[in-house]
Amino acid sequence: MTTTIKRALITLVALLPFSLTAVAQDAMTLDQKVNESFAQITGPFVNLIFAPLPGTSFPWIVMWLVVAATIFTVYFGFVQFRYFGHAISLVKGDYSDPNDAGEVSHFQALTTALSGTVGLGNIAGVAVAVGIGGPGATFWMILAGLLGMASKFTECTLGVKYRNEYDDGTVSGGPMYYMSKGFKELGLPGGKILAVLFSIFCILGALGGGNMFQANQAHAQISGIVGDYPGWITGIVFALIVYMVIVGGVKSIARVTEKVVPFMGIMYVAAALIILLVNYDKIGWAFGQIFGGAFTGLGVAGGFVGALIQGFKRAAFSNEAGVGSAAIAHSAVKTKEPITEGFVSLLEPLIDTVVICTMTALVITISGQLIVDPNTNVYLLNDAGTAISTVGDTSGVALTSAAFGSSISWFPYVLAVAVVLFAFSTMISWSYYGLKAWTYLFGEGKTTELIFKIIFCIFIVIGAAASLGPVIDFSDAAIFAMAVVNITGLYCLMKVVKNELNAYGNRLAMGEFKKFQH
Amino acid sequence: MTTKLMIGLDGHDSADRALDYGKQLAKLIGNCELLVLYVIEWSPYSFQTIEENAERHKRREEEITTATIRIVEPAVQKLSAAGVHARGMVRHGDVADTLNRVSEEENAYQIIVNRSSKGGIAKRLFGSSTANLVMSASVPVTVVG
Repeated sequence: MTTTIKRALITLVALLPFSLTAVAQDAMTLDQKVNESFAQITGPFVNLIFAPLPGTSFPWIVMWLVVAATIFTVYFGFVQFRYFGHAISLVKGDYSDPNDAGEVSHFQALTTALSGTVGLGNIAGVAVAVGIGGPGATFWMILAGLLGMASKFTECTLGVKYRNEYDDGTVSGGPMYYMSKGFKELGLPGGKILAVLFSIFCILGALGGGNMFQANQAHAQISGIVGDYPGWITGIVFALIVYMVIVGGVKSIARVTEKVVPFMGIMYVAAALIILLVNYDKIGWAFGQIFGGAFTGLGVAGGFVGALIQGFKRAAFSNEAGVGSAAIAHSAVKTKEPITEGFVSLLEPLIDTVVICTMTALVITISGQLIVDPNTNVYLLNDAGTAISTVGDTSGVALTSAAFGSSISWFPYVLAVAVVLFAFSTMISWSYYGLKAWTYLFGEGKTTELIFKIIFCIFIVIGAAASLGPVIDFSDAAIFAMAVVNITGLYCLMKVVKNELNAYGNRLAMGEFKKFQH
Repeated sequence: MTTKLMIGLDGHDSADRALDYGKQLAKLIGNCELLVLYVIEWSPYSFQTIEENAERHKRREEEITTATIRIVEPAVQKLSAAGVHARGMVRHGDVADTLNRVSEEENAYQIIVNRSSKGGIAKRLFGSSTANLVMSASVPVTVVG
């Protein structure tokens, strides 16, 4: 960990003097240098996380996430379906006491957590999944989203239950708190160790998926429109703005983003719906591709297992169920019943993955950007055989952009703005998650917090300069490493949630919770 | 039986007119309690950053303290000095909804508010809190001009 940071710091320090005078050509080689050393440093960690199950090509980590989500779904008796209506009532504020007005509402906790997850995962991640795994990956993504609702429910209930409330009225919560406090309460050993491990991975995840991946894709998007230029320039601009917000305390920027991002999300879904409506005759065919591809692979890289792996992987990366990040975001809500926050949070994977990701996948499938072999009717692979060939050889955000652009010519510009804003809001959210993990490890204090924030900003520059491959590998690995620790903790604490669920269910049935007139 | 009258404050100097009117009424009625309410505009459906959420409880307490010290307490003291029985309250929420709800909870006989000071485009688009209150209130409303 510290050596990674040290090396990254050295790389950056080496970069800075050049950056002032560098011409574009020199900068390209610098980008490559950053890229190379980054891939080298992170390689072993990535390989460990994505190691296949013995004798198969199936990464054990994907199995880990799916098995956990399935166990939680069964253990809590399909809570995501039984309490779905109740979750909607809670978000609407039906059960909110008007005398508590002014505290964080369920709606606010949900939208804040959503703005941390809805973003590039939905736009770029889905394109990566569909580009490699074919439309069939969407089926597995939806399934992972539905199952993931139960994981999210479990972690967010615990997040609120075991959060820390300080004398000054502020709160801190998340997996590190429920692991240390919850394990102690149950008399289980190892809670503290898990909490420390989680915090370390959370910091890596914040720097990876929550930062470098975002910076990288934002740069790809901007350079796609204004023409190619060195990544570190975007990185420095982004780093400065983020620095202004998280260190300088320029809250107006964060506030504006928080207000614009939801509208961008709504606009994105609206555009997707319009494209689907215009091409309504192809929707049936697209679903045919999704279901057909889910089990046969339709000739994509890795066949049906490839589709499955990609679907599950990108779903987890997008909705973060089981990762533990949402537990940090949701723990701020003031509620007498921790479990109500769990109910509310289970809507997140639904909105994020089942609705928004599916929209992206349908638009890409319908757009015809994925090239089909006219003779065999299966997808053509690119020369390397690693992904489906696309019109114009695009992948990631560029593929989504091209798919939307084929129906609405000006939409790529809107999408570019959306991507930059999504990237920015995700970075702000993750800087908070990372900071909470950091202060858990090193204690709260102005100097320790400042050190993390500066490291965070430096990684934005590295992320923008490196190429997508190593960045996405490291981002995935770090976020999944969080899930390894978090889910271990959830298994040990799930009976606490079960007790809460049973008690709450009985009281709800007896009419103990009244709806308020608003 | 004590008659309760509720006075809604808007934090502007012009609210003095509503206070004066309430004071006159209370003196005429005799056995009367004036409830002085200040509503901090708040929507549970606004979008917030994570940090704002984490600090929300603390901010809420601060907002209530500030409103009590700066707006409600001086008004209550003024009324008490004039020999009228008065009580102050601070709530969060939509101004019209909250005035109406608290008046129901407290069994207030009437709500007294000042004429809205908002104007221009905002008023045309959203209507004023006063107009909303007049349209939705379940007890008589007196708007002091």
